[in-house]
Amino acid sequence: MSILVVAEHNNSALNAATNNVVTAARAIGDDIHVLVAGSNCGAAAEGAAQIEGVAKVLVADNAAYEHQLAENTSLLIAELGKNYSHVLAAATTTGKNTMPRVAALLDVDQISDIVAVEDADTFKRPIYAGNAIATVQSSAPIKVITVRGTGFDPAATGGSAPIEALASAHDAATSAFVGEELAKSDRPELTAADIVVSGGRGMGNGENFEILYSLADKLGAAVGASRAAVDAGFVPNDMQVGQTGKIVAPQLYVAVGISGAIQHLAGMKDSKVIVAINKDEEAPIFQVADYGLVADLFEAVPDLAGKL
Amino acid sequence: MKVLVAVKRVIDYNVKVRVKADHSDVDLTNVKMAINPFCEIAVEEAVRLKEKGVASEIVVVSMGPKECQEQIRTALALGADRGIQVQTDEKLDSLSVAKLLKAIVDEEKPDLIVLGKQSIDSDNNQTGQMLAALAGLPQGTFASEVKVEDGKAVVTREIDGGLQTVALNLPAVVTTDLRLNEPRYASLPNIMKAKRKPLDVKSPAELGVEVASTITTLKVEPPAERQAGIKVGSVDELVEKLKNEAKVI
Repeated sequence: MSILVVAEHNNSALNAATNNVVTAARAIGDDIHVLVAGSNCGAAAEGAAQIEGVAKVLVADNAAYEHQLAENTSLLIAELGKNYSHVLAAATTTGKNTMPRVAALLDVDQISDIVAVEDADTFKRPIYAGNAIATVQSSAPIKVITVRGTGFDPAATGGSAPIEALASAHDAATSAFVGEELAKSDRPELTAADIVVSGGRGMGNGENFEILYSLADKLGAAVGASRAAVDAGFVPNDMQVGQTGKIVAPQLYVAVGISGAIQHLAGMKDSKVIVAINKDEEAPIFQVADYGLVADLFEAVPDLAGKL
Repeated sequence: MKVLVAVKRVIDYNVKVRVKADHSDVDLTNVKMAINPFCEIAVEEAVRLKEKGVASEIVVVSMGPKECQEQIRTALALGADRGIQVQTDEKLDSLSVAKLLKAIVDEEKPDLIVLGKQSIDSDNNQTGQMLAALAGLPQGTFASEVKVEDGKAVVTREIDGGLQTVALNLPAVVTTDLRLNEPRYASLPNIMKAKRKPLDVKSPAELGVEVASTITTLKVEPPAERQAGIKVGSVDELVEKLKNEAKVI
Protein backbone atom coordinates (compact mmCIF):
# COMPACT_ATOMS: atom_id res chain seq x y z
CA MET A 1 0.00 0.00 0.00
CA SER A 2 1.76 3.13 -1.22
CA ILE A 3 0.81 6.60 -0.11
CA LEU A 4 1.32 9.80 -2.07
CA VAL A 5 1.77 12.99 -0.06
CA VAL A 6 1.42 16.23 -2.01
CA ALA A 7 3.98 18.69 -0.66
CA GLU A 8 3.03 22.22 0.32
CA HIS A 9 5.78 24.65 -0.69
CA ASN A 10 6.55 27.98 -2.31
CA ASN A 11 9.17 26.53 -4.72
CA SER A 12 12.09 27.75 -2.59
CA ALA A 13 11.13 26.09 0.68
CA LEU A 14 8.93 23.31 1.97
CA ASN A 15 6.03 24.40 4.18
CA ALA A 16 6.18 22.69 7.59
CA ALA A 17 2.55 21.55 7.14
CA THR A 18 3.95 18.80 4.89
CA ASN A 19 5.72 17.24 7.91
CA ASN A 20 2.39 16.90 9.73
CA VAL A 21 0.87 15.19 6.68
CA VAL A 22 3.74 12.69 6.59
CA THR A 23 2.96 11.77 10.21
CA ALA A 24 -0.67 11.11 9.21
CA ALA A 25 0.58 9.05 6.26
CA ARG A 26 2.83 6.97 8.53
CA ALA A 27 -0.21 6.09 10.64
CA ILE A 28 -1.73 4.58 7.47
CA GLY A 29 1.22 2.77 5.89
CA ASP A 30 4.93 2.65 5.20
CA ASP A 31 5.71 3.30 1.56
CA ILE A 32 5.40 7.09 1.47
CA HIS A 33 6.21 9.13 -1.63
CA VAL A 34 6.16 12.90 -1.62
CA LEU A 35 5.25 14.86 -4.75
CA VAL A 36 6.75 18.31 -5.20
CA ALA A 37 5.09 20.06 -8.15
CA GLY A 38 6.40 23.51 -8.94
CA SER A 39 8.83 25.52 -10.97
CA ASN A 40 12.51 25.75 -9.98
CA CYS A 41 11.42 23.86 -6.89
CA GLY A 42 14.66 21.91 -6.30
CA ALA A 43 15.13 23.42 -2.83
CA ALA A 44 11.62 22.39 -1.78
CA ALA A 45 12.33 18.85 -3.06
CA GLU A 46 15.55 18.74 -1.01
CA GLY A 47 13.48 19.72 2.02
CA ALA A 48 10.97 16.95 1.35
CA ALA A 49 13.77 14.38 0.99
CA GLN A 50 14.89 15.16 4.54
CA ILE A 51 11.60 14.25 6.19
CA GLU A 52 11.95 11.01 8.12
CA GLY A 53 9.81 8.18 6.85
CA VAL A 54 9.71 9.37 3.23
CA ALA A 55 10.78 6.62 0.80
CA LYS A 56 10.96 8.71 -2.35
CA VAL A 57 10.45 12.27 -3.56
CA LEU A 58 8.92 12.86 -6.99
CA VAL A 59 9.63 16.24 -8.54
CA ALA A 60 7.58 17.71 -11.35
CA ASP A 61 9.48 20.87 -12.24
CA ASN A 62 7.63 22.76 -14.93
CA ALA A 63 6.55 26.36 -15.56
CA ALA A 64 2.91 25.18 -15.66
CA TYR A 65 3.13 24.28 -11.96
CA GLU A 66 4.80 27.50 -10.79
CA HIS A 67 1.86 28.84 -8.78
CA GLN A 68 0.31 25.40 -8.30
CA LEU A 69 -2.89 26.38 -10.07
CA ALA A 70 -5.41 23.64 -9.30
CA GLU A 71 -6.38 23.23 -12.97
CA ASN A 72 -2.83 22.11 -13.82
CA THR A 73 -1.57 20.32 -10.70
CA SER A 74 -4.79 18.32 -10.24
CA LEU A 75 -4.21 16.67 -13.64
CA LEU A 76 -0.71 15.65 -12.53
CA ILE A 77 -1.78 14.43 -9.09
CA ALA A 78 -4.74 12.46 -10.48
CA GLU A 79 -2.48 10.82 -13.07
CA LEU A 80 0.01 9.74 -10.38
CA GLY A 81 -2.71 9.02 -7.83
CA LYS A 82 -4.00 6.02 -9.81
CA ASN A 83 -0.95 4.09 -8.57
CA TYR A 84 -1.55 4.78 -4.88
CA SER A 85 -4.01 3.64 -2.24
CA HIS A 86 -4.03 7.04 -0.52
CA VAL A 87 -3.35 10.57 -1.71
CA LEU A 88 -2.87 13.08 1.10
CA ALA A 89 -2.30 16.82 1.34
CA ALA A 90 -2.42 19.41 4.09
CA ALA A 91 -5.78 21.12 4.65
CA THR A 92 -4.25 24.48 3.76
CA THR A 93 -5.81 26.76 1.17
CA THR A 94 -3.64 25.08 -1.50
CA GLY A 95 -4.64 21.56 -0.44
CA LYS A 96 -8.31 22.50 -0.13
CA ASN A 97 -8.20 24.10 -3.56
CA THR A 98 -6.58 21.19 -5.38
CA MET A 99 -7.52 17.92 -3.71
CA PRO A 100 -11.30 17.86 -4.34
CA ARG A 101 -10.45 18.42 -7.98
CA VAL A 102 -8.11 15.42 -7.84
CA ALA A 103 -10.81 13.30 -6.16
CA ALA A 104 -13.38 14.17 -8.84
CA LEU A 105 -10.90 13.36 -11.62
CA LEU A 106 -10.36 9.96 -9.95
CA ASP A 107 -14.15 9.64 -9.45
CA VAL A 108 -13.84 9.08 -5.69
CA ASP A 109 -15.24 10.84 -2.64
CA GLN A 110 -12.85 12.95 -0.60
CA ILE A 111 -12.38 13.05 3.17
CA SER A 112 -11.58 16.57 4.36
CA ASP A 113 -9.62 17.79 7.33
CA ILE A 114 -8.93 14.54 9.19
CA VAL A 115 -7.69 14.87 12.79
CA ALA A 116 -7.01 11.17 13.48
CA VAL A 117 -6.30 7.92 11.62
CA GLU A 118 -8.12 4.89 13.04
CA ASP A 119 -6.93 2.49 10.34
CA ALA A 120 -6.20 2.62 6.61
CA ASP A 121 -9.90 3.18 5.76
CA THR A 122 -11.22 4.89 8.87
CA PHE A 123 -10.64 8.47 9.96
CA LYS A 124 -11.95 11.06 12.39
CA ARG A 125 -12.93 14.54 11.25
CA PRO A 126 -14.73 17.45 12.85
CA ILE A 127 -18.12 18.56 11.49
CA TYR A 128 -20.51 21.39 12.45
CA ALA A 129 -17.70 23.83 13.28
CA GLY A 130 -15.99 21.26 15.48
CA ASN A 131 -19.09 20.68 17.61
CA ALA A 132 -19.14 17.02 16.60
CA ILE A 133 -16.45 14.55 15.62
CA ALA A 134 -17.42 12.04 12.94
CA THR A 135 -15.69 8.69 12.47
CA VAL A 136 -15.95 7.89 8.77
CA GLN A 137 -15.01 4.82 6.79
CA SER A 138 -14.22 4.92 3.10
CA SER A 139 -14.64 2.08 0.63
CA ALA A 140 -13.21 4.14 -2.23
CA PRO A 141 -10.40 2.42 -4.18
CA ILE A 142 -8.22 5.50 -3.70
CA LYS A 143 -8.60 7.56 -0.55
CA VAL A 144 -8.15 11.25 -1.26
CA ILE A 145 -7.67 13.04 2.04
CA THR A 146 -6.77 16.44 3.43
CA VAL A 147 -5.09 16.51 6.83
CA ARG A 148 -5.59 19.06 9.59
CA GLY A 149 -2.04 19.96 10.63
CA THR A 150 -2.88 20.53 14.29
CA GLY A 151 -4.19 16.94 14.54
CA PHE A 152 -0.74 15.42 13.92
CA ASP A 153 2.78 16.12 15.20
CA PRO A 154 5.29 17.16 12.53
CA ALA A 155 7.56 14.35 11.28
CA ALA A 156 11.22 14.83 12.19
CA THR A 157 13.84 15.71 9.61
CA GLY A 158 17.14 13.91 9.13
CA GLY A 159 16.19 11.49 6.36
CA SER A 160 17.67 11.38 2.88
CA ALA A 161 15.16 10.00 0.42
CA PRO A 162 16.09 9.66 -3.25
CA ILE A 163 14.71 12.34 -5.55
CA GLU A 164 13.22 11.30 -8.90
CA ALA A 165 12.36 13.81 -11.63
CA LEU A 166 9.06 13.48 -13.50
CA ALA A 167 8.81 14.64 -17.07
CA SER A 168 5.09 15.39 -16.76
CA ALA A 169 3.75 18.72 -17.98
CA HIS A 170 0.01 19.23 -17.71
CA ASP A 171 -1.28 22.64 -18.67
CA ALA A 172 -5.06 22.93 -18.78
CA ALA A 173 -4.60 26.46 -20.19
CA THR A 174 -7.87 27.64 -18.65
CA SER A 175 -6.48 29.78 -15.84
CA ALA A 176 -3.61 32.17 -15.27
CA PHE A 177 -1.85 33.62 -12.25
CA VAL A 178 -2.19 37.42 -12.17
CA GLY A 179 -0.55 38.42 -8.91
CA GLU A 180 -0.47 38.07 -5.17
CA GLU A 181 -0.26 40.22 -2.08
CA LEU A 182 1.32 38.35 0.77
CA ALA A 183 1.13 39.80 4.25
CA LYS A 184 4.61 40.40 5.64
CA SER A 185 5.31 39.45 9.21
CA ASP A 186 8.41 38.84 11.32
CA ARG A 187 6.39 36.96 13.90
CA PRO A 188 5.97 33.18 13.86
CA GLU A 189 3.48 31.73 11.42
CA LEU A 190 0.02 31.54 12.98
CA THR A 191 -0.69 27.84 12.42
CA ALA A 192 2.76 26.75 13.64
CA ALA A 193 3.25 29.10 16.62
CA ASP A 194 3.54 27.77 20.18
CA ILE A 195 1.79 30.84 21.52
CA VAL A 196 -0.96 32.82 19.81
CA VAL A 197 -2.35 36.14 21.00
CA SER A 198 -5.64 37.08 19.32
CA GLY A 199 -7.73 40.21 19.35
CA GLY A 200 -11.42 40.69 18.66
CA ARG A 201 -13.95 43.45 18.30
CA GLY A 202 -13.07 44.64 21.80
CA MET A 203 -9.78 45.99 20.46
CA GLY A 204 -11.77 48.92 19.09
CA ASN A 205 -9.54 49.73 16.11
CA GLY A 206 -6.47 48.63 14.17
CA GLU A 207 -4.05 50.96 16.01
CA ASN A 208 -4.96 49.33 19.30
CA PHE A 209 -3.61 46.02 17.97
CA GLU A 210 -0.17 47.54 18.74
CA ILE A 211 -0.63 46.55 22.39
CA LEU A 212 -1.20 42.94 21.27
CA TYR A 213 1.88 43.08 19.05
CA SER A 214 4.03 44.17 22.00
CA LEU A 215 2.57 41.41 24.16
CA ALA A 216 3.14 38.90 21.33
CA ASP A 217 6.75 40.03 20.89
CA LYS A 218 7.39 39.53 24.61
CA LEU A 219 6.02 35.98 24.31
CA GLY A 220 7.47 35.14 20.89
CA ALA A 221 3.87 34.65 19.82
CA ALA A 222 1.93 34.92 16.57
CA VAL A 223 -1.00 37.34 16.41
CA GLY A 224 -4.45 36.22 15.33
CA ALA A 225 -7.88 37.79 15.21
CA SER A 226 -11.56 37.00 15.32
CA ARG A 227 -13.81 37.49 12.31
CA ALA A 228 -15.26 40.63 13.92
CA ALA A 229 -11.80 42.22 14.01
CA VAL A 230 -11.14 41.28 10.38
CA ASP A 231 -14.53 42.45 9.13
CA ALA A 232 -14.11 45.74 10.97
CA GLY A 233 -10.86 46.21 9.01
CA PHE A 234 -8.62 46.19 12.11
CA VAL A 235 -6.33 43.52 10.59
CA PRO A 236 -6.00 41.55 7.32
CA ASN A 237 -8.08 38.42 6.78
CA ASP A 238 -5.15 36.00 6.81
CA MET A 239 -4.99 36.60 10.58
CA GLN A 240 -8.47 35.18 11.12
CA VAL A 241 -8.77 32.20 13.45
CA GLY A 242 -11.96 30.15 13.20
CA GLN A 243 -14.15 27.80 11.17
CA THR A 244 -13.54 29.83 8.02
CA GLY A 245 -10.06 31.06 8.88
CA LYS A 246 -7.11 29.22 10.30
CA ILE A 247 -7.24 26.33 12.74
CA VAL A 248 -4.63 26.63 15.47
CA ALA A 249 -3.74 24.47 18.46
CA PRO A 250 -0.86 26.21 20.24
CA GLN A 251 0.41 25.58 23.76
CA LEU A 252 -1.06 28.89 24.85
CA TYR A 253 -3.88 30.88 23.23
CA VAL A 254 -4.63 34.32 24.64
CA ALA A 255 -8.03 35.66 23.52
CA VAL A 256 -8.30 39.39 24.08
CA GLY A 257 -11.60 41.19 23.58
CA ILE A 258 -13.09 38.11 21.89
CA SER A 259 -16.58 37.00 22.94
CA GLY A 260 -16.08 33.37 21.83
CA ALA A 261 -18.65 32.70 19.07
CA ILE A 262 -19.04 29.06 17.91
CA GLN A 263 -17.23 29.90 14.67
CA HIS A 264 -14.21 31.32 16.50
CA LEU A 265 -13.99 28.46 18.99
CA ALA A 266 -13.88 26.04 16.02
CA GLY A 267 -10.46 27.43 15.20
CA MET A 268 -8.78 27.41 18.62
CA LYS A 269 -10.46 25.17 21.16
CA ASP A 270 -7.83 22.43 20.82
CA SER A 271 -5.22 24.81 22.25
CA LYS A 272 -3.52 23.37 25.33
CA VAL A 273 -4.10 26.36 27.58
CA ILE A 274 -6.60 29.11 26.80
CA VAL A 275 -6.51 32.50 28.50
CA ALA A 276 -9.36 34.97 28.06
CA ILE A 277 -9.19 38.64 28.87
CA ASN A 278 -12.59 40.26 28.54
CA LYS A 279 -14.53 42.86 30.49
CA ASP A 280 -17.82 40.97 30.00
CA GLU A 281 -17.84 38.19 32.56
CA GLU A 282 -20.76 36.51 30.73
CA ALA A 283 -18.76 36.16 27.48
CA PRO A 284 -18.90 32.54 26.18
CA ILE A 285 -15.09 32.52 25.84
CA PHE A 286 -14.88 32.05 29.62
CA GLN A 287 -16.57 28.64 29.24
CA VAL A 288 -13.54 27.29 27.38
CA ALA A 289 -10.82 29.37 29.03
CA ASP A 290 -8.49 27.70 31.54
CA TYR A 291 -7.69 31.09 33.00
CA GLY A 292 -10.09 33.98 32.67
CA LEU A 293 -9.43 37.56 33.65
CA VAL A 294 -12.41 39.89 33.78
CA ALA A 295 -10.76 43.22 33.12
CA ASP A 296 -10.44 46.12 30.70
CA LEU A 297 -8.00 44.87 28.08
CA PHE A 298 -6.48 48.34 27.64
CA GLU A 299 -5.19 48.14 31.20
CA ALA A 300 -4.67 44.38 31.54
CA VAL A 301 -2.72 43.74 28.31
CA PRO A 302 0.01 46.42 28.79
CA ASP A 303 0.21 45.38 32.45
CA LEU A 304 0.65 41.73 31.41
CA ALA A 305 3.28 42.63 28.81
CA GLY A 306 5.14 44.62 31.45
CA LYS A 307 5.22 41.71 33.86
CA LEU A 308 6.70 39.17 31.46
CA MET B 1 -24.58 36.11 -19.34
CA LYS B 2 -26.26 33.41 -17.33
CA VAL B 3 -25.22 32.73 -13.75
CA LEU B 4 -25.98 29.49 -11.89
CA VAL B 5 -25.92 29.60 -8.10
CA ALA B 6 -26.03 26.54 -5.84
CA VAL B 7 -27.55 26.86 -2.37
CA LYS B 8 -27.73 24.39 0.50
CA ARG B 9 -30.23 24.04 3.31
CA VAL B 10 -28.29 23.70 6.57
CA ILE B 11 -28.74 24.18 10.30
CA ASP B 12 -28.87 27.88 11.21
CA TYR B 13 -25.33 28.99 12.06
CA ASN B 14 -26.34 30.31 15.49
CA VAL B 15 -27.67 26.97 16.67
CA LYS B 16 -25.37 24.90 18.81
CA VAL B 17 -25.75 21.34 17.57
CA ARG B 18 -26.30 18.36 19.85
CA VAL B 19 -25.08 14.88 19.11
CA LYS B 20 -27.75 12.17 19.33
CA ALA B 21 -27.53 9.86 22.33
CA ASP B 22 -26.96 6.82 20.08
CA HIS B 23 -24.05 8.63 18.37
CA SER B 24 -25.54 8.01 14.93
CA ASP B 25 -25.56 11.68 13.92
CA VAL B 26 -26.38 15.15 15.20
CA ASP B 27 -29.98 15.85 16.18
CA LEU B 28 -31.72 17.97 13.54
CA THR B 29 -35.33 17.48 14.65
CA ASN B 30 -37.08 20.80 15.30
CA VAL B 31 -33.88 22.72 14.64
CA LYS B 32 -33.99 26.02 12.76
CA MET B 33 -32.72 25.61 9.20
CA ALA B 34 -31.49 28.30 6.80
CA ILE B 35 -29.46 28.93 3.66
CA ASN B 36 -25.80 28.14 4.29
CA PRO B 37 -24.11 31.53 4.96
CA PHE B 38 -21.57 31.08 2.13
CA CYS B 39 -24.41 30.29 -0.30
CA GLU B 40 -26.13 33.56 0.70
CA ILE B 41 -22.92 35.35 -0.30
CA ALA B 42 -22.99 33.48 -3.62
CA VAL B 43 -26.58 34.59 -4.30
CA GLU B 44 -25.69 38.17 -3.37
CA GLU B 45 -22.73 38.20 -5.74
CA ALA B 46 -24.88 36.94 -8.61
CA VAL B 47 -27.51 39.59 -7.88
CA ARG B 48 -24.83 42.31 -7.83
CA LEU B 49 -23.51 41.07 -11.20
CA LYS B 50 -27.05 41.38 -12.54
CA GLU B 51 -27.43 44.88 -11.12
CA LYS B 52 -24.18 45.87 -12.85
CA GLY B 53 -25.58 44.58 -16.14
CA VAL B 54 -23.02 41.77 -16.33
CA ALA B 55 -25.47 38.94 -15.64
CA SER B 56 -28.76 38.65 -17.49
CA GLU B 57 -30.32 35.67 -15.73
CA ILE B 58 -29.73 34.00 -12.36
CA VAL B 59 -30.74 30.37 -11.91
CA VAL B 60 -30.61 29.00 -8.38
CA VAL B 61 -30.39 25.29 -7.69
CA SER B 62 -30.64 23.22 -4.51
CA MET B 63 -30.57 19.51 -3.82
CA GLY B 64 -32.28 17.51 -1.15
CA PRO B 65 -35.72 16.86 0.31
CA LYS B 66 -38.78 18.97 -0.52
CA GLU B 67 -38.01 21.40 2.32
CA CYS B 68 -35.02 22.82 0.45
CA GLN B 69 -37.56 24.63 -1.77
CA GLU B 70 -37.77 27.13 1.13
CA GLN B 71 -34.12 28.03 0.57
CA ILE B 72 -34.67 28.31 -3.20
CA ARG B 73 -37.62 30.69 -2.51
CA THR B 74 -35.36 32.75 -0.25
CA ALA B 75 -32.79 33.03 -3.05
CA LEU B 76 -35.58 34.01 -5.47
CA ALA B 77 -36.68 36.71 -3.02
CA LEU B 78 -33.11 38.00 -2.94
CA GLY B 79 -33.10 38.45 -6.73
CA ALA B 80 -32.62 35.10 -8.49
CA ASP B 81 -34.90 34.64 -11.53
CA ARG B 82 -35.84 30.98 -11.36
CA GLY B 83 -35.15 27.89 -9.34
CA ILE B 84 -34.37 24.22 -9.85
CA GLN B 85 -34.77 21.66 -7.10
CA VAL B 86 -33.23 18.24 -7.45
CA GLN B 87 -35.43 16.21 -5.17
CA THR B 88 -33.95 13.32 -3.24
CA ASP B 89 -34.18 12.03 0.29
CA GLU B 90 -30.79 10.35 -0.02
CA LYS B 91 -27.93 11.81 1.97
CA LEU B 92 -25.73 13.45 -0.63
CA ASP B 93 -21.95 13.63 -0.44
CA SER B 94 -20.04 16.32 -2.31
CA LEU B 95 -19.20 14.14 -5.31
CA SER B 96 -22.87 13.29 -5.89
CA VAL B 97 -23.85 16.95 -5.59
CA ALA B 98 -21.06 17.85 -8.03
CA LYS B 99 -22.31 15.23 -10.52
CA LEU B 100 -25.88 16.52 -10.24
CA LEU B 101 -24.64 20.08 -10.71
CA LYS B 102 -22.59 18.99 -13.72
CA ALA B 103 -25.78 17.61 -15.31
CA ILE B 104 -27.56 20.93 -14.64
CA VAL B 105 -24.59 22.84 -16.07
CA ASP B 106 -24.79 20.71 -19.23
CA GLU B 107 -28.48 21.59 -19.60
CA GLU B 108 -28.38 25.25 -18.62
CA LYS B 109 -24.96 26.18 -20.04
CA PRO B 110 -24.26 29.03 -17.60
CA ASP B 111 -21.23 31.30 -18.11
CA LEU B 112 -20.49 31.53 -14.42
CA ILE B 113 -21.29 29.13 -11.60
CA VAL B 114 -21.14 30.46 -8.05
CA LEU B 115 -21.11 28.30 -4.91
CA GLY B 116 -20.19 28.89 -1.28
CA LYS B 117 -16.72 27.75 -0.28
CA GLN B 118 -18.06 25.27 2.27
CA SER B 119 -21.25 24.32 4.04
CA ILE B 120 -21.23 24.85 7.77
CA ASP B 121 -22.65 21.38 8.51
CA SER B 122 -20.27 18.96 6.79
CA ASP B 123 -17.43 21.54 6.56
CA ASN B 124 -16.13 19.69 3.48
CA ASN B 125 -15.09 22.51 1.13
CA GLN B 126 -15.23 20.19 -1.93
CA THR B 127 -18.26 20.65 -4.15
CA GLY B 128 -17.19 23.67 -6.23
CA GLN B 129 -13.79 22.18 -6.97
CA MET B 130 -15.33 18.80 -7.86
CA LEU B 131 -17.86 20.41 -10.19
CA ALA B 132 -15.08 22.37 -11.90
CA ALA B 133 -13.09 19.17 -12.41
CA LEU B 134 -16.07 17.20 -13.77
CA ALA B 135 -17.08 20.00 -16.14
CA GLY B 136 -13.46 20.69 -17.15
CA LEU B 137 -13.76 24.32 -16.04
CA PRO B 138 -11.31 26.60 -14.24
CA GLN B 139 -12.02 27.48 -10.61
CA GLY B 140 -11.68 30.56 -8.44
CA THR B 141 -12.04 29.27 -4.91
CA PHE B 142 -12.32 31.31 -1.68
CA ALA B 143 -13.11 34.47 -3.68
CA SER B 144 -13.04 37.84 -1.98
CA GLU B 145 -13.47 39.78 -5.25
CA VAL B 146 -14.90 38.81 -8.64
CA LYS B 147 -14.69 40.92 -11.78
CA VAL B 148 -15.85 39.87 -15.22
CA GLU B 149 -13.84 41.55 -17.97
CA ASP B 150 -12.77 40.71 -21.54
CA GLY B 151 -14.42 37.31 -21.44
CA LYS B 152 -12.59 36.30 -18.29
CA ALA B 153 -13.40 36.13 -14.61
CA VAL B 154 -10.70 37.86 -12.58
CA VAL B 155 -10.92 36.44 -9.09
CA THR B 156 -9.05 37.56 -5.97
CA ARG B 157 -8.69 34.61 -3.63
CA GLU B 158 -8.08 34.45 0.11
CA ILE B 159 -5.04 32.23 0.58
CA ASP B 160 -3.07 31.37 3.72
CA GLY B 161 -0.43 34.06 3.33
CA GLY B 162 -2.68 36.82 1.98
CA LEU B 163 -4.43 37.31 -1.36
CA GLN B 164 -3.90 35.82 -4.81
CA THR B 165 -5.47 36.96 -8.08
CA VAL B 166 -6.16 34.59 -10.97
CA ALA B 167 -7.76 35.09 -14.41
CA LEU B 168 -10.13 32.33 -15.51
CA ASN B 169 -11.51 31.59 -18.95
CA LEU B 170 -15.32 31.60 -18.95
CA PRO B 171 -17.29 29.56 -18.18
CA ALA B 172 -15.77 29.25 -14.72
CA VAL B 173 -16.64 28.10 -11.21
CA VAL B 174 -16.26 30.53 -8.31
CA THR B 175 -16.63 29.69 -4.62
CA THR B 176 -17.29 32.52 -2.20
CA ASP B 177 -15.40 33.48 0.93
CA LEU B 178 -16.88 35.53 3.75
CA ARG B 179 -15.45 38.84 2.65
CA LEU B 180 -16.80 38.79 -0.89
CA ASN B 181 -19.85 40.83 0.09
CA GLU B 182 -22.48 41.58 2.71
CA PRO B 183 -25.69 39.74 1.73
CA ARG B 184 -28.91 41.80 1.68
CA TYR B 185 -32.16 40.92 3.39
CA ALA B 186 -35.22 39.92 1.40
CA SER B 187 -37.99 42.55 1.53
CA LEU B 188 -41.58 41.50 2.13
CA PRO B 189 -42.78 42.48 -1.40
CA ASN B 190 -39.88 40.48 -2.87
CA ILE B 191 -40.76 37.48 -0.73
CA MET B 192 -44.33 37.69 -2.11
CA LYS B 193 -43.06 38.07 -5.69
CA ALA B 194 -40.70 35.12 -5.23
CA LYS B 195 -43.68 32.83 -4.71
CA ARG B 196 -44.66 33.36 -8.34
CA LYS B 197 -41.22 32.80 -9.83
CA PRO B 198 -40.76 29.46 -11.65
CA LEU B 199 -39.34 26.51 -9.73
CA ASP B 200 -38.63 23.26 -11.59
CA VAL B 201 -38.40 19.99 -9.71
CA LYS B 202 -36.16 17.28 -11.14
CA SER B 203 -34.97 13.90 -9.93
CA PRO B 204 -31.42 12.53 -10.03
CA ALA B 205 -32.71 9.84 -12.44
CA GLU B 206 -33.97 12.49 -14.88
CA LEU B 207 -30.52 14.03 -14.81
CA GLY B 208 -28.97 10.61 -15.42
CA VAL B 209 -26.99 10.67 -12.21
CA GLU B 210 -26.69 7.76 -9.85
CA VAL B 211 -26.45 9.04 -6.31
CA ALA B 212 -24.00 6.95 -4.30
CA SER B 213 -21.33 7.37 -1.67
CA THR B 214 -18.30 5.37 -0.64
CA ILE B 215 -18.21 7.07 2.76
CA THR B 216 -20.00 5.57 5.76
CA THR B 217 -20.34 7.47 8.99
CA LEU B 218 -19.65 4.97 11.77
CA LYS B 219 -20.07 7.29 14.71
CA VAL B 220 -20.67 10.93 15.63
CA GLU B 221 -19.43 12.03 19.02
CA PRO B 222 -19.29 15.29 20.90
CA PRO B 223 -15.77 16.74 21.05
CA ALA B 224 -13.73 16.21 24.21
CA GLU B 225 -14.97 18.51 26.95
CA ARG B 226 -12.47 20.98 28.27
CA GLN B 227 -11.81 20.97 31.98
CA ALA B 228 -13.60 23.86 33.66
CA GLY B 229 -11.21 26.77 34.07
CA ILE B 230 -10.84 29.34 36.78
CA LYS B 231 -11.17 33.10 36.90
CA VAL B 232 -8.12 34.89 38.19
CA GLY B 233 -8.36 38.15 40.09
CA SER B 234 -5.39 40.03 38.73
CA VAL B 235 -2.69 40.15 36.06
CA ASP B 236 -0.13 39.07 38.69
CA GLU B 237 -2.13 35.98 39.49
CA LEU B 238 -2.48 35.21 35.76
CA VAL B 239 1.27 35.45 35.19
CA GLU B 240 1.92 33.30 38.25
CA LYS B 241 -0.53 30.58 37.05
CA LEU B 242 0.85 30.56 33.51
CA LYS B 243 4.41 30.26 34.81
CA ASN B 244 4.00 27.80 37.65
CA GLU B 245 0.75 25.90 37.11
CA ALA B 246 0.31 25.68 33.31
CA LYS B 247 4.06 26.14 32.67
CA VAL B 248 3.42 27.57 29.22
CA ILE B 249 5.53 30.74 29.55
